[in-house]
Amino acid sequence: MTNANIDANRIVYREVVEAGDPWMHEVKAGQRFRIVDLEGNQAVDTLFYNAHDHSERYSATDTIREQGNIYLTKGSVLQSNLLNPMLTIVDDTCGRHDTIGGACSAESNTVRYAIEKRHMHSCRDSFLTALGQCECNADKPMTKGDLSSNINFFMNVPVSPDGHLDFDDGISAPGRYVEMEAHMDTLILVSNCPQLNNPCNGYNPTPVEMIIWK
Amino acid sequence: MTENTANLSQKTTRPGGFIWQEHLPGGAHWSGIIRRGTVLRLTDIEGNANVSMLMNNIEVKNERYNMPDTLKAQKTAFLTKPNMCFTDMGRVICSIIEDTCGWHDTIGGLSHAKSVQQKYGDKSYQTAHNDYFKNGYDSLLNELEKWGLNASDIMPNINWFSKVRVEDDGSMTYVPNNSSAGNYVDLRFEMDAIVCLSTVQHPLDPAPEYNPKPIELTVFKADVIKKDDACRLHRAENERAYYNTKIYYGENPNDEC
Repeated sequence: MTNANIDANRIVYREVVEAGDPWMHEVKAGQRFRIVDLEGNQAVDTLFYNAHDHSERYSATDTIREQGNIYLTKGSVLQSNLLNPMLTIVDDTCGRHDTIGGACSAESNTVRYAIEKRHMHSCRDSFLTALGQCECNADKPMTKGDLSSNINFFMNVPVSPDGHLDFDDGISAPGRYVEMEAHMDTLILVSNCPQLNNPCNGYNPTPVEMIIWK
Repeated sequence: MTENTANLSQKTTRPGGFIWQEHLPGGAHWSGIIRRGTVLRLTDIEGNANVSMLMNNIEVKNERYNMPDTLKAQKTAFLTKPNMCFTDMGRVICSIIEDTCGWHDTIGGLSHAKSVQQKYGDKSYQTAHNDYFKNGYDSLLNELEKWGLNASDIMPNINWFSKVRVEDDGSMTYVPNNSSAGNYVDLRFEMDAIVCLSTVQHPLDPAPEYNPKPIELTVFKADVIKKDDACRLHRAENERAYYNTKIYYGENPNDEC
C-alpha cells in the first residue's frame, strides 16, 4: 500500500531540486527519505555515505549481488561497501530503478556522444560541485575518489540474458516516488540529472522534490 | 630460474615478444605496474578460475576503471574481445585483443570476510598457515594500499573468467563452468596502469568448498596499433576514447603507433 500523504507535523525537510542541480543533505537513522518525480521521466543520480565516516558508502555491486537482482525496488536493501545495510526502499510507485548505468560526466560524454559535448552540464560535475562546497569537507575532504557507482532513481537500464545493455525510455510518470528508510545516519548526494543526449530523462530534465520525515 | 617460474608453461607466445611470466596460486592477491604498449595475458590454468581486477592510472591515480562507462559506451553488461575498458575520464585503460573464454563478469563484485566465513567457515592463519581463507575485498584493499590507494578505490571490479547472467526480470544467475583449462584473455594496455587482482572465488560461486584456482600472468610486447584495430573499430565510442587517450599522452591520434 502506498502512502502518498505524509503527516505534515512529521516532515523535517522538504525542498524542490531544480532540473540539473546538485543537492546534498543528511537523513538520520530511522528517518524516511522520499524522492518525488514531479513531472515524470527524470533520472535522479544518487550516492549515499555513512555520515560519520564517508569511506563507508553505497556499493552498487554488493547491493545487487546480495539481493540477486540488478533492479532496485520496494524491499531492496542498499548495501554499503562494508556490506552493512544503509537504507531500505520501503515504498516505490515507479517499480524499477537502475544502479548499473552510472552517472554522465563531461569526459564520458565525449566518448558516448561527441568530443564537442565535453562542455555540457553533467552529473559527475554536479557531484563535484556539491562536494567542493560542502561543509562536510571541513575535517575530511571528499573528492572525486569518493564517487562510486551511483543509483539512478526512475531510470530504466535493461540487461538481457545475452548480456546486452541499453538505455530505455523512463518508466516513471508525474508524481511517482520512491521512499527509503535509513538504517544509519546517511549523507545523500544527488545530481538531478541534466543529461540532454539520451532518453533517461526524456531529453528534458525536470525538477524533483526531496522530503525527509520522522 | 627462480622458484616462482619453475612450473610455468613457458610455451605461450605472441608476435610482439615475451617479457615475463608469473604463476599465481588460487586465493592469492597481486599488484603491479603494467605498461602502455604491453599485453597482459591472464591464463586459467585448471579451469573455473576467477580473477577480480581493479585498474588505476599510475600518474593520476584517481583515474580508474569505470564499470558503468565501460558498459554504457559499448552497450554490453559483460566483457569480451573486442571491448575496451574505459576509465572515468573518457579514456581507454586496456583493450581486450584476444579472448578464448568469451564472457567476463562486470557486476558480481567482490566477496567479503563475512560472506566467505558464512559460506566456507573459518580457516585462519593460525590453523592453516598460508592456506587461510582470503576474500576479494580485503585482498584488493591490501594491494591498493601499496600504491597509496585506499578503500575509496574499491570500485565495481571485473571478474575475469566468471559469468553472471541476468534474466529479463533482473534476477542474477552465476553460470558454472564458464571457463575451461587453458583459456586466456589478452589485455593490451593503453595506459600505464596500477593493476590489482585477487584469485579468490567469485562471490556468487555456489560451490560449497573454498577452492580458488591458480592462474598465470604473462606479459608480452604489444604490436603497433593500426587504424583498423578491431577494438578501435568496434564502436565509434571506442575510437573517441582512444582519441582521448592519445591526446592525454601528447600524441597525434591519427598516427599509427
